[in-house]
Amino acid sequence: MNTLIELEKKINSELTTKIDQSKILHNQLYIDINKEDLIDVILFLKTNKDTKFRQLIDITAVDYPEELQRFKMIYLLLSHEFNQRIILSYYINENEVINSLTSIFPSANWMEREVFDMYGVNFKDHPDLRRILTDYGFEGHPLRKDFPLTGHTEVRYSEEQKKVINETVKLEQNYRNFDYESPWEGTRYIKELTEDNDKKN
Amino acid sequence: MTKKIKNLNLNFGPQHPAAHGVLRLILELDGEVVEKADPHIGLLHRGTEKLIENKTYMQAVPYFDRLDYVAPMNQEHAFALAIEKILKIEVPLRAQYIRVIFCEIGRILSHILNVTTQALDVGALTPSLWGFEERETLMTFYERASGSRLHANYFRAGGVHQDLPAGLEDDILKFCDSFPKIINDLENLLTDNRIFKQRNVDIGIVTKSDALDYSFTGVMIRGSGVPWDLRKSQPYDCYDQLDFKIPVGKNGDCYDRYLCRIEEMKESISIIKQCLSKMEKGPIKSQDGKITPPPKKELKQSMEALIHHFKLFTEGYRVPKDEIYTAVEAPKGEFGVYLISDGSSKPYKCKIRAPGFSHLQSMDYLIKGHMLADVPAVLGSLDIVFGEVDR
Repeated sequence: MNTLIELEKKINSELTTKIDQSKILHNQLYIDINKEDLIDVILFLKTNKDTKFRQLIDITAVDYPEELQRFKMIYLLLSHEFNQRIILSYYINENEVINSLTSIFPSANWMEREVFDMYGVNFKDHPDLRRILTDYGFEGHPLRKDFPLTGHTEVRYSEEQKKVINETVKLEQNYRNFDYESPWEGTRYIKELTEDNDKKN
Repeated sequence: MTKKIKNLNLNFGPQHPAAHGVLRLILELDGEVVEKADPHIGLLHRGTEKLIENKTYMQAVPYFDRLDYVAPMNQEHAFALAIEKILKIEVPLRAQYIRVIFCEIGRILSHILNVTTQALDVGALTPSLWGFEERETLMTFYERASGSRLHANYFRAGGVHQDLPAGLEDDILKFCDSFPKIINDLENLLTDNRIFKQRNVDIGIVTKSDALDYSFTGVMIRGSGVPWDLRKSQPYDCYDQLDFKIPVGKNGDCYDRYLCRIEEMKESISIIKQCLSKMEKGPIKSQDGKITPPPKKELKQSMEALIHHFKLFTEGYRVPKDEIYTAVEAPKGEFGVYLISDGSSKPYKCKIRAPGFSHLQSMDYLIKGHMLADVPAVLGSLDIVFGEVDR
């Protein structure tokens, strides 16, 4: 496969129904797939002699709380032989359990643990699905959009109990998020507003 | 009479000097042989990705310095490139050269630290003393360009923050002439050293196919004989105009990785020299007033400049809705940024792909069957920095 266009054609003709959508942007191939076909698609991409995506670069998720299907899963793959990158994605609900890639790529282990830790996405057949980056006994999933930036608890050493304890976070000043965005559009003058109203009527 | 022998569980770290930071490694030992290693990470987790989602694009740059804090500018580079690709801005040639120079300085900084501290872990004290003196010189270059030794905050989308001060180019050139001698000295101390070789040769061998499966990048994959370097294969900025070689190892053990790092430092010196000779005077950042802040001088006279200055430092520039993955060859491997913008002045998501993360997770695979004393040697040659592993 020399160019991305050829690669896109090849993948679309070989995997036909398993591919929902594909596009080429910024010299990278973006592919939307179905949740159930993940293992098949990855195996095909890894083993086919014309694709050879033999390295899993990263797995991550994105949270869209307003959407019907809340999380978008993203898989980044790299092919050394053809010097190409491919980005797979699909959407899932909050409580859906998805297939783990650990049997195909051992490096998926920690990447999936991180997604589980940060977003609370569950993986089927993962050998060791524990939290990875957050503290022992941590609650919640920090990268979800509804998790506050300041968190829920803070840690301190208690002199009375002679141990480190978790407490509800107390800040002298709340985190301030200024909204600077509106004025950039420019003012809307009364004349424009009345014109708009006239058009509507 | 049979006696039941239980394996010993040993806690390595989180406050162990050879753990290269805050790594808690739980080792299961059968006598002196390691049966299982379970790294517990996250002790330095600061929620960088969450913080970036709440900051404007310009405010997010300093967080990248704090990831791999021994080579800060390489990380900024990945972020700057991601924004530039979405916004489709041209970077002036001089800025590209400056960025490449400082990325290569970062590579030397990181490799000196790694080579010398790994030697320290296996029992050689002198290299670290000699190497750190050179790091100090390099950090002075950082300071003269950006104002701080470590957390530079120097790269911007569209170029760099300010031009190099007078005389810096000459001093970097002088350093390039004197540094090869230091590399030679280090090599005299280590390369043929009997103890160093006993501790590193045939330790922590990675085969080609395992290196691919475990998502190894950078020196970790080149040490195993895969000639893969993003500077060559997917060149960014002006790397395609420069002439340099990619050192590749043969056996994939700790010693080959050490040799690769030494050779890479020599290549970096040659890259810096080429950049310095090709560099010409010119602008150092994009001339687009909606992205680049106006020069201070104009603020006093031009109303428009004042407004732009105010808007850029309060709201920040907006980035159209897009998704992109960009990667650079950081000293430790492929450092990538997966950026999702939503049309506002803050990133919707910014996933950071740190090379150390996938290197460290292979610890169990690398160390199984080795002796306890090999743990620091392997850990050292992985080149782990916890700023980027924990993020």
